[in-house]
Amino acid sequence: MKSIEVARLTDESELKGFMTRLLERSPAQETEVMVTEDDSALTRFANNGIHQNVAERDATVRVRVVKDGKTGVASINQMSEAAAADVLKRAVAIADLQPRGEVVRMPAQATAGPVDAWSDATAGATPEERADFVETVCARAGRAGLKAFGAFSTSAGQFAIANSLGVLHHQRSTQATVNSVVMGDAGSGYADRGAIDVRELDKDQLAEEVIDKAQRNQNAQPVEPGVYEVVLEEYAVAEMLEFMSFMGFGALAVQEERSFMRLGEKITGDQVNIWDDGLDRTGIPSAFDFEGVPKQRVDLITGGVASGLVYDMQTATRAGRQSTGHGLPAPNTEGPFAVNLFMKPGSAAKADLASDIKRGIWVTRFWYVRVVHPKASIITGMTREGTFLIENGKITRPVKDLRFTQSILEALNGTLALTASTKLQVSEYLGASRVPAVRLKAFDFTS
Amino acid sequence: MIVDGAWGFAGSARLDNEEVQQVVDRAIRIARASARVRSAPVDLGPPVTSRGHYRTPLERDPFAVPLAEKVDLLLRADAAMGSVKGVTIREGSMEFIRQAKLFASTEGAFIEQELFESGAGIEATATSPDEVQNRSYPNSFGRHQGSGGYEYITGLELDRHAGRIAEESVALLTAPQCPSGVKTLILDASQTALQIHESCGHPTELDRVFGMEAAYAGTSFMTPEKLNHLQYGSPKVTITADALTPTGLGTFGWDDEGVPAQRTFLIKNGLFVGYLTSRETASVLGQQSNGTMRADGWNRIPLIRMTNVNLEPGDSSLKQMIAETKDGVYMETNRSWSIDDKRLNFQFGTQLAYEIIDGKRGRMLKNATYAGITPEFWNSCDAVAGRTEWQVWGLANCGKGQPPQVAHVAHGAAPARFQHVKVGILK
Repeated sequence: MKSIEVARLTDESELKGFMTRLLERSPAQETEVMVTEDDSALTRFANNGIHQNVAERDATVRVRVVKDGKTGVASINQMSEAAAADVLKRAVAIADLQPRGEVVRMPAQATAGPVDAWSDATAGATPEERADFVETVCARAGRAGLKAFGAFSTSAGQFAIANSLGVLHHQRSTQATVNSVVMGDAGSGYADRGAIDVRELDKDQLAEEVIDKAQRNQNAQPVEPGVYEVVLEEYAVAEMLEFMSFMGFGALAVQEERSFMRLGEKITGDQVNIWDDGLDRTGIPSAFDFEGVPKQRVDLITGGVASGLVYDMQTATRAGRQSTGHGLPAPNTEGPFAVNLFMKPGSAAKADLASDIKRGIWVTRFWYVRVVHPKASIITGMTREGTFLIENGKITRPVKDLRFTQSILEALNGTLALTASTKLQVSEYLGASRVPAVRLKAFDFTS
Repeated sequence: MIVDGAWGFAGSARLDNEEVQQVVDRAIRIARASARVRSAPVDLGPPVTSRGHYRTPLERDPFAVPLAEKVDLLLRADAAMGSVKGVTIREGSMEFIRQAKLFASTEGAFIEQELFESGAGIEATATSPDEVQNRSYPNSFGRHQGSGGYEYITGLELDRHAGRIAEESVALLTAPQCPSGVKTLILDASQTALQIHESCGHPTELDRVFGMEAAYAGTSFMTPEKLNHLQYGSPKVTITADALTPTGLGTFGWDDEGVPAQRTFLIKNGLFVGYLTSRETASVLGQQSNGTMRADGWNRIPLIRMTNVNLEPGDSSLKQMIAETKDGVYMETNRSWSIDDKRLNFQFGTQLAYEIIDGKRGRMLKNATYAGITPEFWNSCDAVAGRTEWQVWGLANCGKGQPPQVAHVAHGAAPARFQHVKVGILK
């Protein structure tokens, strides 16, 4: 197969032809073909120097068949016609062994997108450009007597899905992300950035933020655990939203009675508005989901009230409604996922969030967050790289990292202020969130 | 490859001659870019010139077992869970891996390995308006996995345990909450294995110690000046990294730098005595690698990964530990886990717990959690069960690195007891 010049991805028309021929070959009543192809690179640095520097080019062909009321799935990371024929054969053989059961329906053809998620600059980013970026961060840290650590990645990819009911969608996308920890002898700071276009990542701005945070976070002293008023920076807010999505925004979690969402009920403070919108260019947009259903905007929490859920084909069928375009590759046990999250900003300036706090904690970010009780939305985790004591409206000193064990809904119930500005936070796993920083009335630090 | 004293790496799923040349050219260009911002030239120490072939010992090739036989076992276990009233979600899975790995280097190493893994697990979930309770067997994280063949699966007897875990998940809905307090804690072997993983395995990775994971997974409190000085645990605590342990997911012939599999001490009678090392990191300490570098596939560079990090068996037993305990909690099968970036402050939750009062197991408890600080916790260990209760637990979800890599590692562990532990974090 021929490739386009910059990111070395298969030509779109050739890719669609490959998928169509595979569909035509299938003996099953319904067949779905999904192809992902990625060309990515990552430059990693530690102690003010590059220590790992990698690139890869990979592809996945996944085939799902429904035959006589039974489902089979198989995949391979080769895009030749022979490999594709083999993977189709395996999917059919697996389907033949299944017991008859609930079949996840495939969607019919519907128009999706288009969304603009591509940047030629990102797709063409070179190792030298990544090294230049890293060199700037390391040099500035070095001049401040500090050490920089982190990773800078650029990737280009395409995702296509087709089925025997007429669906044929294709999307190209790029992503550039950089994160950095800067350390002194007695403390560290953190900053990260993410964008579709690598030119939006400002190396000087990133270096300034992370070095400033590291310099302010030296010689932290312990503070008594307990319930504090808090300011959560955007890093922490985004992680909290991601865990809400993981635990409860999907319809399967509600149908299986394991979600905290109680539709129509007030579950957080009035100022909290959260929605999912895969088509918003200020996030990381995607036109359709992993079942080939076009993305719809879904309001999840509106004015503090649980107002909606995201659906895939399986949960929509069970509920007698349409999928909202939030399916993962089917069939699966995870259910639909909201991966393009937005939280409505407020009117506060970030610098003013602490101004009325008599005694509180400023949190830069969370670390190693895990679910403790999904139905009560309780999570635990640590603060990391920038935890500060707030006294009489001012940040007075850094404090040792704290462990929290906290219900997210209870925390958001005490939302006192949100910033007017928002930050795009690219997920480590899938999708992204755009969120403000927030001030919350109570947050339980347990050790 | 190393060019101008710096690393470059490239990989591709395309298997043709033109692509091979592209990959080589790309790796060279990347290495040259690395060299522009490097700290010191890469020093790998003495050359490694291993040659040979290794194949995982197995009795029954899992890929020769008919799919129908595998599906039948899972469906029988599923039916047993489904027969218990109140179970709302039932899951079962098997996973089999056959990896053909060829390692060659310009130093002269040439190694072929054929590695097999087999794994399976079942899980039952019960829900009520306020609770979600699940029980899994043999372990959480979806399955129990080891290096070996289908005999590993049949030995698990999934169908025999399915009804029990289903009943436990339903019973947990109405069980009392784990009380808050400072108590004696007894962990089952699988939770002890995870405790080893998080609080000993990760902090002894020498790349973490040197900051190579600082911006992602974090660093380590076990810094070089503590080597041979830190009393990490009580004299009951001896922990080894043993890539020769039968059925371990960290068992192989050579690591991904060509260093032979070996057994080494990390903690000896409580004293911190060793790290998990690579060629590059060991050189910094004037040592030679103890063979722990592994990549999770063709498209990733090797990192220091746990092999089989084992808590050596003690001389007690679960029965004896319970009999000797006045006021405690027994906890079994992990449910949640979290630890700070230096591997000191941890909090774990388990699926199942029982109160222990005056030497006897009492009521079932739900939502059990415990928390602590790593060296304080391991120094409070006053009993480890013996060889008959010692088992190798596979963990197939160990994350590390950027871009992310998932390693398959293992931990030999037996039930263990700890004193003065904070339990019941949830009120």
